[in-house]
Amino acid sequence: MTSSRRILPGFGPSLGFTLFYLTLLVLVPLGALFVKTSQLTWERFRETVTDPVVVSSYRLSFQASIAAAAINGVFGLVVAWVLVRYPFPGRRLLDAVVDFPFALPTAVAGLTFGSLYMRVPWIDAVRIGTWITRGINAVLSRTGVGTVSAEALSGLDEFRVIVMLVFVGLPFVVRTVQPVLQDFDPEVEQAAHSLGAGRWTVFRRLVFPHIFPAWVSGVALAFARAVGEYGSVIFVAGNIPGKSQIAPLQIITKLDDYRYAEATAIGVVLLSVSLAILLVINGLEWWARRHERA
Amino acid sequence: MVHRLPRVLLTLVAVAFLVLFVVAPAVNVFAQALSKGARAYVSTFYAPRVQGQEKLPLKERRALSKEQAQAEKTRAAIRMTLGVAAVVVPLNVVFGVAAAWAIAKFRFRGRSLLVSLIDLPFSVSPVVAGLVFVLLMGRQGFFGRWATQFQWPDLASIYWKGFAESAWPVGAANWHSGVIFTPLAAVLASVFVTFPFVARSLIPLMESQGTDAEEAAITLGAGGLRTFWKVSLPNVKWGLLYGVVLCAARTMGEFGAVSVVSGHLDSNDTMPLRVEKLWNEYNTQAAFAVASLLALLAVVTLVLKTLAEWKTRAADE
Repeated sequence: MTSSRRILPGFGPSLGFTLFYLTLLVLVPLGALFVKTSQLTWERFRETVTDPVVVSSYRLSFQASIAAAAINGVFGLVVAWVLVRYPFPGRRLLDAVVDFPFALPTAVAGLTFGSLYMRVPWIDAVRIGTWITRGINAVLSRTGVGTVSAEALSGLDEFRVIVMLVFVGLPFVVRTVQPVLQDFDPEVEQAAHSLGAGRWTVFRRLVFPHIFPAWVSGVALAFARAVGEYGSVIFVAGNIPGKSQIAPLQIITKLDDYRYAEATAIGVVLLSVSLAILLVINGLEWWARRHERA
Repeated sequence: MVHRLPRVLLTLVAVAFLVLFVVAPAVNVFAQALSKGARAYVSTFYAPRVQGQEKLPLKERRALSKEQAQAEKTRAAIRMTLGVAAVVVPLNVVFGVAAAWAIAKFRFRGRSLLVSLIDLPFSVSPVVAGLVFVLLMGRQGFFGRWATQFQWPDLASIYWKGFAESAWPVGAANWHSGVIFTPLAAVLASVFVTFPFVARSLIPLMESQGTDAEEAAITLGAGGLRTFWKVSLPNVKWGLLYGVVLCAARTMGEFGAVSVVSGHLDSNDTMPLRVEKLWNEYNTQAAFAVASLLALLAVVTLVLKTLAEWKTRAADE
């Protein structure tokens, strides 16, 4: 123990209160979840969590979350890079804007995204769906696959859920990568440049390995948030059972039918996924710290 | 020029991405809320009785009284939201300060485990958070028998009629069984979802400041509490303010967990739940009007965050 323990008072009471609060609010409730599930027989549990309707909801939740986390992985990195490296007018404002999805209540986010797929009264032409479709079509027309229409695309529940989840997970990648990128010594890059390395080589061989652990944990955080997201997604998805329901909505549906045990089983599956992701993130941080020391 | 191309391109991509995904939706909230004019916006919250309303033709009278009933429900939801936040925020501030003190100023075994535990609500789905409280306090729950047999004041009972009838919450004479599907349940669920925020904004700040100032104060003979009030607290006041505002904003905006424990009763509606109900009633403009208040809260949060960062940076230099 360091000397500060002996000098500074209040360790006992503050830690005691923290543990008491956490036990009461986190450990007991989450423990209750597992105890309640253990009251189910194994067959019943398996039946519940592998019910086709439930499985299709996992599929939508996980696929959309992976896609959204991947999109955020790419664009979040670009945003972080631009915010750290390229000073331009309005950068401070944009930097503050990044946190907006974190501060905006999910129901409001769902509401505004849900309405952006319909006609917007103030400017008819502004429809996010149309813009994104134009971008996709620009790519598709080069590959010769053909084009998609805005109506068909925004009619896809997956597409709408993915767009919603990109918004929800946006701050995570930017905010985990940004500080690490800031710490990266530009002199190392300059040295590499003077030795004849190209820009892309420097990024790939020097910068990216340095920010990789932070980037992965940012993507994982965005994914974890997306899997559990409820408030915003129900505003944009069709919520048709077996087709466009997300996993958290399954819990609500079961609860509304007073099928508590089944709701709990699905809850345990979701919780286990979040805990696993949390473990991965912590492992990554530990690994990164060890590498730093080595 | 060739040199600047990637820079211009990447900046454009980043700006376009943020405008498309953040700025446009944010502007849309306010644009839609005001889409029917300022009068319609105001009447979402405040629709007073018109003089001689009873003498109007039936159709107009019906439209007016419907508008008034809706505004009353919206105001009740705002009172409910503020009431829940008024209980949740102080609780989580006390927890946040205690946790930050223990974690930032001392080294002990299991410290990183404790930090992970505090981060837990970030990765637990709010729906799961609501679900566990239903399991604990619901009729078939672990404490369900206790919760349903015990006589609670109205705020914690299922006979709670909401803030619609009066701004004063407690019907002192009415005691009933309850907890789940009551304001108390909304408080418990919100406490779970938002307890990390104050601790999270204090820990890095307190850690970076170290313990030298406190040790000096103690050595000079100041008591523990006095040291905390006069030395530690002033050093982190901006971080604390940001944590409190973030916690309040998150509490007022919480949807999933509160939705589960509200039992879909009108009397338990907070502002986000009210937004959902208005949206489902195809009352789009009113839904956006309520949402605009919450969006404004988010904007205030961001401004305070920027201010807090700016102040701490200025203090460092």
